[in-house]
Order: sequence, then structure tokens, then C-alpha cells
Amino acid sequence: MTGAVTGQTGQPLAEFRLEVRAWLEAHCPASMRQPLKAEDMVWSGSRVEFASSDQRVWFERMRDRGWFSPQWPREYGGGGLSRAQVQVLEEEMRALGCRQPQFNLGIWMLGPVLLEFGTPEQKTEHLPGMSQGTVRWCQGFSEPGAGSDLASLRTAAVPDGDDFIITGQKIWTSYGDQSDWMYALVRTDANARKQDGISFILIDMKLPGVTVRPITLISGKSSFCEVFFDRVRVPQRHVIGGVNKGWSVAKRLLEHERSAMGKFSEGSAPSHDLVKASSGLLAGQGSAWTDDVVRAAMEQEAFGWTMARLREGAAAGQDVRSLAALVKLVQSEQETRKYELLHQLSGWEGLYAAGDGPDQASPRLPEGTLGDELTRLWLLAKTYTIAGGSSEIQLNLIARRILELPDGADASRRPS
Amino acid sequence: MSLLLNAEQTLLRDTAMAMLADRSPVSLLRELRARENGPGHEPALWDEVAALGWVPCWWPEQHGGLEMGFKGVGALFEAMGRHLSNLPLLSASVLGPSLLMEAQTEGERHAAWLEDISEGRMIVALAFEEQDRHDAGNALTRLLAAGAGASTSANAQGLLNGRKRFVLDGAAATHLIVSAMSDNGPTLVLVDVHAAGVSRQVRRTIDGRRVADFEFHNVAVEVGALLAVGERARAALDQALDRAAAVLAAESLGVAEEAFERTRQYLQQRVQFGVPIGSFQALQHRAARLKVELELARSAVAAALAAFDDPGLAPSQRALRASLAKALTADTTERVLNEAVQMHGGIGVTDELDIGLFLKRGRVIQMAFGDARHHRQRWAKLKGLA
Repeated sequence: MTGAVTGQTGQPLAEFRLEVRAWLEAHCPASMRQPLKAEDMVWSGSRVEFASSDQRVWFERMRDRGWFSPQWPREYGGGGLSRAQVQVLEEEMRALGCRQPQFNLGIWMLGPVLLEFGTPEQKTEHLPGMSQGTVRWCQGFSEPGAGSDLASLRTAAVPDGDDFIITGQKIWTSYGDQSDWMYALVRTDANARKQDGISFILIDMKLPGVTVRPITLISGKSSFCEVFFDRVRVPQRHVIGGVNKGWSVAKRLLEHERSAMGKFSEGSAPSHDLVKASSGLLAGQGSAWTDDVVRAAMEQEAFGWTMARLREGAAAGQDVRSLAALVKLVQSEQETRKYELLHQLSGWEGLYAAGDGPDQASPRLPEGTLGDELTRLWLLAKTYTIAGGSSEIQLNLIARRILELPDGADASRRPS
Repeated sequence: MSLLLNAEQTLLRDTAMAMLADRSPVSLLRELRARENGPGHEPALWDEVAALGWVPCWWPEQHGGLEMGFKGVGALFEAMGRHLSNLPLLSASVLGPSLLMEAQTEGERHAAWLEDISEGRMIVALAFEEQDRHDAGNALTRLLAAGAGASTSANAQGLLNGRKRFVLDGAAATHLIVSAMSDNGPTLVLVDVHAAGVSRQVRRTIDGRRVADFEFHNVAVEVGALLAVGERARAALDQALDRAAAVLAAESLGVAEEAFERTRQYLQQRVQFGVPIGSFQALQHRAARLKVELELARSAVAAALAAFDDPGLAPSQRALRASLAKALTADTTERVLNEAVQMHGGIGVTDELDIGLFLKRGRVIQMAFGDARHHRQRWAKLKGLA
């Protein structure tokens, strides 16, 4: 199974491509070349579960090549590939329709900043768990009092010998209940300027004093959790990038979040096609309905062309900042609007509660009728324009960075 | 097919921007709109434009063109939009030639016409509107066979009767391509504006240009002037209308982009309450939304222009993209200009400030060749939604 793929830098790329293609063809099971649905996603970590033996085989083969994290050094369990080789690997995987063998925030978000800011000891301690898929990571940034204004976070880390004692609360932690470790922002200096008193720290979720509670949304069960810290003792060696230097680490990490979002959307369930989904529902509804759908569909199409411009422009070395700045805003608003329309088009079907029993705190999951699914997605879509930098934050960024409009009197309270 | 301009097209755009900034500033529009008579453009500038090869820039080489692609001519329209230039390029470069090149009757006269057009001597406008707003439906104008029904042959000499409205570049036109119904179905004929039986009424438009209404009374149409009949005529007309929609979308985008840029600078400079008004979040968010809309519209325009450079694309796909671009730019330009006026405050509603000129140009382009409602309906039909 080792094959001839060396991945050494300096090997001609064309040769590398042929070897990669041959290896993928020989080792990626046919069922792992089918489009991925949300329920097929393999989340690595100590609780990893496989729905089929093909999933397990594909996971293990890619893991053993170091191709969960192909660009990382081999000493940390990575593939040791050059950037160009990684691109070839991604292209070949796309061409064959190979699924991502696993999903893990560690590899896409924490890993890159650990490689940049971590000490050799920290890298040795944490990177192999990501590259080998044994440790699942979650993110602890937002707090009840620190959403858009993240730097005002208050979860406190107080030094005590070689440790910090952490007390406070995080919220909107995706899969907090499924994760082994958390990377978190904590306050280590209450008196400094708010961005200067923050540290980036790694926390073992099994430590005494950590409590995780899933959040029920208006759409029902969700992956979001609240995480409570009650005098949790964390060794100081788990601080990344230095005490009170966490803000710049977090900013870098959020840059990686953007590219990770692209991978997530590639791997997640296909979203409804507005024109296809509405064409049946529109029959006999009249021109006002049609016009609403057409407006939304046309804007989606224009967004599709905008993404094409972004890709082409970036490849040609053009300045594409003004395009990159609108992606999150437009994508999330268009998804929200699409499900507004589809839910309303579904008529009474979208108004029935699921099941025959009494109203549950956790009402419905997607099952059965289209109405059920559209109701859930209509409600879930409300999170899209809030999570990951709300629409208002995106507009601030466009106004200030792209349009270069002047700072206002209230600018100090907004993210820079 | 790339959405980006290639090196040659980029050079064309940059040259056009510099040339129009120098020779066609907005002050020229103020001068032109004050003129009593004339074609609505500055003839000396038109000669320069023709000498630069703008007219045949996108035409295929076999028709004497420079093969710089439809994205190339689109870049010219965007530049004209940015400077509010009055130039009859829509008729001279796009409408007339598109129809002549698609015509089923070909001959030496076509080549001679295209040469005259390419050098700016001949301007062929399209006369097809008959209603109160854009309507690509069947024409009431009739082409009747000349010998009282003796011959129904498509090549027979005929007589043209009817009226056409809102002919863009109509004051500058030397010739018209007129859409008419004949016994053989939709028909396109070439008519000299000075031919017997043609009467022209020039109308000023709110944006300082001149269009014309035409009446035709027993206008004799020679055999060689009959360009296309039946399905061929319908297809040629559809294609020309889609090309026009695409370049007008580009022009509209230029109008909106320039007005937005001027507004952005005003927000940076205008001080009230002791601070630049652009520091107010209420205005920042509105400006940011306009910027996003402009980028989406720009993408739609790029896709529409590129569609005409892609020989593998079906006409219905081009139609979808042209309608997308025209609908989006119509709405976006309306919103951007309304916000531009509002954000300028009192000065924004004065004739002294140029913003009002952009508002008016935007409105004329919006209505020409179909507004957003028209193109959304058409898009819905093409998509099977209506």
C-alpha cells in the first residue's frame, strides 16, 4: 500500500500528479467517490464513528499517508508536501470525486496557527493528534457578553503556580459536546487595553470543572453548545503565542477559518436549488410569487458569477479584496432569503409541527415531508447571517477597508 | 470563457477611459444638451472615435473587424457610461452591424455598408419600438409587396408603411433597419432616412441626447434592402436585442460606478456635526450595500458580454445572461443613483452638480431595451418558471 508516491519537493509535478492519481484510483473505495451528505461526514477524534467499512478504510489509508494534513511536516504526522503538490492532490481528489476522509477544526484552523506560533514542544504534543485523527477540537471564542465585540470577553484565567485557574463561560461552541480539546480565548489581564489582556490557550475538555450543554435553537437540536468553566486548572504551557498575545493568534486563526469554510461547504449537504425547488410550488401561484423567486434566483446567479470572477482574478494575481469582502455577507443573506421564499411557498405544509405528541423542547429534525425540512432550514438559516461575523460586521468591514470611509466617534468599539 | 479582460481589451479600456476623460468630460454633455439642433453628439469627437477603430472593434475579421471580442466593446460602453459620453456607438457598432452580419441576403452592398459604418460615415439605427415602452412583440408596421399582391416572393420590391418610436441614435442615423410584418412573417429592411416617404421627428431625451420617431408612408424597399425574413429575421432581431441589452448593461454599470465613486468621495469630505458624514454607520452600511450590489451587477455584465464571445453557447443561454445583466444593472443603477442624490443632500438636487445628469442617463438606459421587470419576466419564461 505504500506505493511509489514520494511527495518529495523537487519531483516534477506532472510525475507527482500521475502517481497521486494512480494511488487515489487504487485506494479510494468507490463509495467514497459519491457526493457527500451531511450524515456521511466523518468527524475524527476519540469518538470517531464510521457508518461503513469503506469510510474506515478510506480514513485509515489517507491517515497513514499523512494526507489529513498533506502540507504539514512529516515529523508531526503530515504529508510533507509542497504547496504546489497539495494543490495537485486537491485537484486530483476533486477530479475523482474523492470525499474528504475526515473533518476536524484542529487541522484547518488550530493546526496552522500552532505551526506558526507554537513552541517545538507544543507542536509535538498537539499536532500528531490532529494529523492522525485522534483528537477532535472545538473553538471557544464567543461568550454571552462577547459576540460581535469579541475582545470584550471575560472568561478569566488566573495564574496559580504552573497553572491557570479558568472560570467563565463560552457559547456557540460547535460540537462542544463531541470534542476532546478546545482552543479558547481567555482574559489574563483585566487592566490592559481589552485586546492586550487576552491569551490563546488549549483546554482538555475532560478536566474537572468543564461542563458542556447543547443549545436548542428555534430550528430544534443544533451542534451549538454552551461550555462552563468552574475553576478549571490548565497548565500554563498550553498558552500559544505568549501570555496576553492571544488576540493576534486569534486574528490569524480567523483568516484560516475563511478557507476552511470553503472546504466545509464543499463537503456539506447540497443546498436546495431555488429554481428547481420552487418550480413545482409556483404552479398557479401568480406573477407576484414568480417575480419574488426570479429576483432571488437572479441574484444567486450573479453571486455565482462573482465567485467565478474572484477565482479567476485571484489566479491572475489581481486585487480581489472587494470581492472577497462580500462573500460571507451575500452568501448568508441569499441562503436566508431562499429559505424564506421556499418556506412560504410550501404553504400549510410548512406550518405543521412534527409528530403527534406534545410540543417538545427540541421539536423537529429533517424527516418526512418537504415542509418539515423547509421549516427547519428556514429557521436554521437565521443563524447564517449572525454566526461567523454578522452581516452588520461584514458591512463595517466593507465600509472601512474597501470603501475607506472614515472612522466614526464610535469606531473604537468596532472591530478593526 | 474568461470573465476577465485580456491584455488587448484592458488596453482598449484604459485608452477609452483616458480619451473620454480628456475629450468627452461631463461638461461636453452640458454643452451638447444646450445646442438647438444637431445629431446629439459632437461630430469631431465621433470622427476621432471612428479613427480609433472602436466601431468594428468586436466584429469578426471577415467583416473587416478587429476581433477584440464583445468584452472589448463592453469595456467601451462602460467607459462611455462613466463619462456620460454622447456617441452613437450602440447603433454604429452593435445594432446595425449585428443585423447586417446576420442577414440572410448577402452581397457586395453589405460589405460596402459595413465599411462605411466602420469608418463612421454611415450610422444604422434600429427602428423597432412601437409601444409606450420596450416591447419586442410583433410589429404593426407593414411591408406590402409592391404590385398589389401580385407577388409574395420574399425578394419582391415592397412598400413600407407604419410608424416607429424612440429610435436611439435616431437623430444621428443615416439609415434605419426597420422591423415590419410582411406576408412572409417578421421582416427586416434597410431604409435610408432621406428616402421619399420617411419623416423623422427628433426628440430630446432627459439625459441630453436625441432620439427620433419615424413615420413611413409607402416607402419603396428595394430588393437588396430586404435583409431577413421569417424565423431568420426573428432570430437576428433577438440576437441584436440581446447584444444591445448586454452593452447597455455595461454602460449603465459605468454610470452607476462613477456616481457611486463621486458619492464615496463626498462622504469622505463633507463635514457636518464636526465630522465627515461618511463616519456615520447609517451611511456606511448603505454605501457598503451599494458597493456589494455594484460588484454583483459587474459580474452579471461580464458574464453577459463573455457569452457573445463564446461560440459554443446556445442563443437561449446568451438571452438568459443578457436579461440577467440588464435586469440587475437597471435595478442597481436606480438604487445607486437615488442614494447618490440623497447622500449629497441639497446640492444633489441642483442642476449645477453632475449627479443629476447621471440620474437621468441612468433612467434612459434603464428603460431602453427593457427594464428590470421586462427582463425578469423574460428570464422566468426562459427558465420555465412562467
